[in-house]
Amino acid sequence: MSFLSYLITGISLGSIYAIIALGYTMVYGIAKMLNFAHGDVIMVGAYVCFFAMAGLSGQMEAGSLAAAVVPQVAGVLLAMVVCTILGVVIEGLAYKPLRQAPSLAVLITAIGVSWFLQNAAQLLWGAAPKNFTSIVSGAVSLADGTLNISYVTMLTVVTCLVIMVGLTTFIGKGKMGKAMRACSEDKAAAQLMGINVNATISVTFAIGSALAAVAGVLMCSAYPTLMPTTGALPGIKAFTAAVFGGIGSIPGAFLGGLLLGIIETFTKAYISTDLSDAIVFLVLIVVLLVKPSGLLGRFVPEKV
Amino acid sequence: MALLQVDNIHVYYGSIHAVKGVSFEVNEGEIVTLIGANGAGKSTVLNTVSGLLHPRSGSVCFEGKNLHGVPPHKVVEHGLAQVPEGRRIFLQMTVEENLEMGAFTQPGSTIAPGIADVYRRFPRLEERRRQIAGTLSGGEQQMLAMGRALMSRPKLLMLDEPSMGLAPILVEQIFDIIKELHAAGTTILLVEQNARAALNVADRAYVLETGKISLTGTGAELMASDQVQKAYLGG
Repeated sequence: MSFLSYLITGISLGSIYAIIALGYTMVYGIAKMLNFAHGDVIMVGAYVCFFAMAGLSGQMEAGSLAAAVVPQVAGVLLAMVVCTILGVVIEGLAYKPLRQAPSLAVLITAIGVSWFLQNAAQLLWGAAPKNFTSIVSGAVSLADGTLNISYVTMLTVVTCLVIMVGLTTFIGKGKMGKAMRACSEDKAAAQLMGINVNATISVTFAIGSALAAVAGVLMCSAYPTLMPTTGALPGIKAFTAAVFGGIGSIPGAFLGGLLLGIIETFTKAYISTDLSDAIVFLVLIVVLLVKPSGLLGRFVPEKV
Repeated sequence: MALLQVDNIHVYYGSIHAVKGVSFEVNEGEIVTLIGANGAGKSTVLNTVSGLLHPRSGSVCFEGKNLHGVPPHKVVEHGLAQVPEGRRIFLQMTVEENLEMGAFTQPGSTIAPGIADVYRRFPRLEERRRQIAGTLSGGEQQMLAMGRALMSRPKLLMLDEPSMGLAPILVEQIFDIIKELHAAGTTILLVEQNARAALNVADRAYVLETGKISLTGTGAELMASDQVQKAYLGG
């Protein structure tokens, strides 16, 4: 039974990586930049949800149905709204002025934004870790109690699936989604069609950041330590997942995230907890050596 | 009043002075062509009209409105469409999605009839409507690029080197289509290296040489000109 239990934990962790990786991969696909501040947006989302829940649950009658639902739902929604605004503002202030700049300048700016967010969080909310209250508590016990699946785990996997289906439909069928694909392929041609490229990039950041908020809440519900650096490592791992799956590809981010979560969990369970991150990155290196474009990525040669 | 009036534009790429005071006009119902060698500044002129490049001085007026400072995605809404050099279709999208993108600025209800119009003109595209555009042949890609531009129902269609890289039989086909579009009332600004084909269909023509207009006249006049014969028609 432990194998199954590890697998479920891996899928759940992988779902969180996948949701974060979707943000990375969408922004990369359309703006052609690596937004290394993406992980820190997750952290901001978790803090917003944390404070909203703490503030609201005090207002509710203890033990009532409203007390069990309202703070959580409001916390998640508020986190999404704040992160959406944050993402659009970051893009507008930090990245948009660099649209014509070399990609290295943009990359360094993104790292700067990441540090800024971490330090701002430390200034605002302190360096001491907060204990995040899970948005849903409890678990179901299966197979005579040998297999426990928490509601958070289920919620995480279901949310990831819903996001995946929603995003695929949006990108595949929606007018804005198609405009995003057009921008991703050829910005000048997209402009000639009447597509506002800057607005499209802003929408991409908005969606990615709203997803980051969701990921932050789900992640802290499963792993409750919340501090200003909480988003950094998951951010890097999700970036790895996006590259692993093929950066720019939405199904790739999903697959990469899931695989990364499963590999990490199994490594912790069967090989070594200390080495788990090293092994995860080793797998990435091997995959990229064999298939440089990632699992589902397309190799597009640079035009000269 | 001319439909498109370009007045003394100067365009730079950094410190390179690519277009040095070009003026021309396109009247409603005309086919006007800009011919010239590679690097003469033809595409630069078109991209300036489309708003992708900004003139350092001079003006571009469409239907009497100065397009100064109008971003490229708004220029389309004024009724200008460009078929860019090298076609620049969205290779990873389907044929039909490419056409939908062409109608991005149009109200949703006009998209289906617009697509039907394009399919009537280019039956090959209808056969391949669900195909990824990258799998089309060069001639089909050019048809798609033209169909995509027509989706915005432009008052002025600008074509940048539509014959580039196509087999002679396809070049002929593309020019037949240009004539048909013109006969149907579309005003066309055509940029071409293939001077003979362009002058054949054009009402009026301008010869562009290293960023300046060196000669102008009707298509027939330029076809007969010694200078054009020598430089562009191999005569």
